[in-house]
Amino acid sequence: MSMSNPVPASSTDFNEINFENVKKKQKVMSFTKGMLFLLPSIVLFGAFLFYPLFKTMYLSFFLTNARGETTVFVGLQNYIDMFASPIFHQSMKSTFLFVLYTVPTTIIIALLLAVLANEKLKGIGFFRTIFSSTMGISVAAASVFWLYMFHPSIGFINQILGFLGVESIGWLTDPKWALIAVAVTTIWMNLGFTFLVLLGGLQSIDSYLYESADIDGAGYFYKLRRITIPMISPTLFFVITVTIINAFQTFGQIDILTQGGPQNSTNLIVYSIYREAFTNYQFGTASAQAIVLFIIILIMTIIQFKLGERKVHYQ
Amino acid sequence: MTMPISKKIVFYSLLTISAFVVFAPALMAFVMSFMDNKDIMTGSLPQSLSFDNYLKAFEQFPLLKYLFNSLVVSVVITIGQLVLSSLAAYAFVFLEFKGRDILFFLFIATMMVPFEASIIPNFHIIRDLNWIDQYPGLTVPFFATAFGTFLLRQNFKQIPRELREASQIVGMGDFKFYLKVVLPVAKTSLVTLGAYGFLTSWNMYLWPLLSTTNDTVRTVQIGLKQLQTQEQLNDWGVIMSGAIIVIIPTLILLFLGQKQLQKGLTEGAIK
Repeated sequence: MSMSNPVPASSTDFNEINFENVKKKQKVMSFTKGMLFLLPSIVLFGAFLFYPLFKTMYLSFFLTNARGETTVFVGLQNYIDMFASPIFHQSMKSTFLFVLYTVPTTIIIALLLAVLANEKLKGIGFFRTIFSSTMGISVAAASVFWLYMFHPSIGFINQILGFLGVESIGWLTDPKWALIAVAVTTIWMNLGFTFLVLLGGLQSIDSYLYESADIDGAGYFYKLRRITIPMISPTLFFVITVTIINAFQTFGQIDILTQGGPQNSTNLIVYSIYREAFTNYQFGTASAQAIVLFIIILIMTIIQFKLGERKVHYQ
Repeated sequence: MTMPISKKIVFYSLLTISAFVVFAPALMAFVMSFMDNKDIMTGSLPQSLSFDNYLKAFEQFPLLKYLFNSLVVSVVITIGQLVLSSLAAYAFVFLEFKGRDILFFLFIATMMVPFEASIIPNFHIIRDLNWIDQYPGLTVPFFATAFGTFLLRQNFKQIPRELREASQIVGMGDFKFYLKVVLPVAKTSLVTLGAYGFLTSWNMYLWPLLSTTNDTVRTVQIGLKQLQTQEQLNDWGVIMSGAIIVIIPTLILLFLGQKQLQKGLTEGAIK
């Protein structure tokens, strides 16, 4: 186009160059501006998240001294030792059992509570507050509450069992029961958050769906099965993955209730990492375990994103 | 829509029973915190109620100091999270520049890294910075959050583009627009995120356990653990009074902001 006429062409060229320059300048400007807004977050993510993650990978190939400095490069030996260790096997087994004990139970109870609390009744706000209350209770306080509940002699649960004529159980000292006791505590703790999110999901369901079902004369449980559950499936899905991820990250309950015992039956993965690193000062093997934890969470998060995305498109 | 009386009765009884079961552990702890140790040990109903356990807890442990530390830590983390995530969310919504999508992916990627998996190097970093037993060590690592950024981004997206265009015509810069228009408009979301940030920081356990070695900045959660492990006589009344003190601030916050939190959590979660 600019070739058609020599005289205006030069002027257009001149303009174009100027235009390009301004555009480039603007690009640099907007890039700098964007970076300025994002820099604080990026710097902190880099320093306390990405760098430590790579450092963990690095450490997992070394032996370290008590200060955490690397001493001998051992390659994959930490991983080989870890996968051969019966204690690690026990820890993985307990962790997966723990996920199995806590996740379905938490979701089912929270869903029942949310369905109950979704009814339009007088004073329902009070019940909603009670059901969500455990979200405000810290892991330390919740563990102390349940430490009493599970107390062998004065604990509430054994008192009830005694009343029913059942022999008292060493909830936190019997390897058969300790993991279940920690699971019960965890379910109770997570109930508040799960309830609140599920209630939010229920409330976002359009009421006309129920109204038209009413016209068709559908019963309560039919509506529950055919409208409520399908409509909150995205929320349900989110809650399931979050609860699983939380279960893998369990620490505080263990530290207060059982310290990983008895016989390592409650030595869940984060507690195992903690003990290996900060009690035994084996930072290399602890890092190898941390990488296993990272991979598990990574897989869970990817599943959540992939399936969650599909759900959003579906809507 | 009116419900038959019989159905109402069923619902109310179910609600009441579940409320009792859910609240029982906290309720028992609350009652025990006013009870005599003798009554607790014999498992009898309280013969007398008093504030003695609370007085004892405050006398034997620097609980006030712990509470103050927790307050400082939680407030600082909350403010840090609000500032950083609102800035980041602004960039993702209103600014267009090369590499934005890559950076957005980077923020998503942070959600795949559990803090527990990188805790060993983090501890070493804090130690090498001499931040053990210091407020920065307890707070700075938690300022940047992907969850907060996404929550606010969702909210900022609802601000009409015309508003930004109009402000550009008037010659308003980005930072001024962020400060004068975006933040006030997104006030409720900021409050939600703030409440959530305060709640989670107040309840932090593993990191304060690692990064405090004495009482100077130790938070109340770790104080409660100390109270529980050091209480030689197994004085459950005192331990429970400590636990009740720990949960009161967050429970109040939750009761006040329950509706907000619920909305915020679902929005941040689902979209």
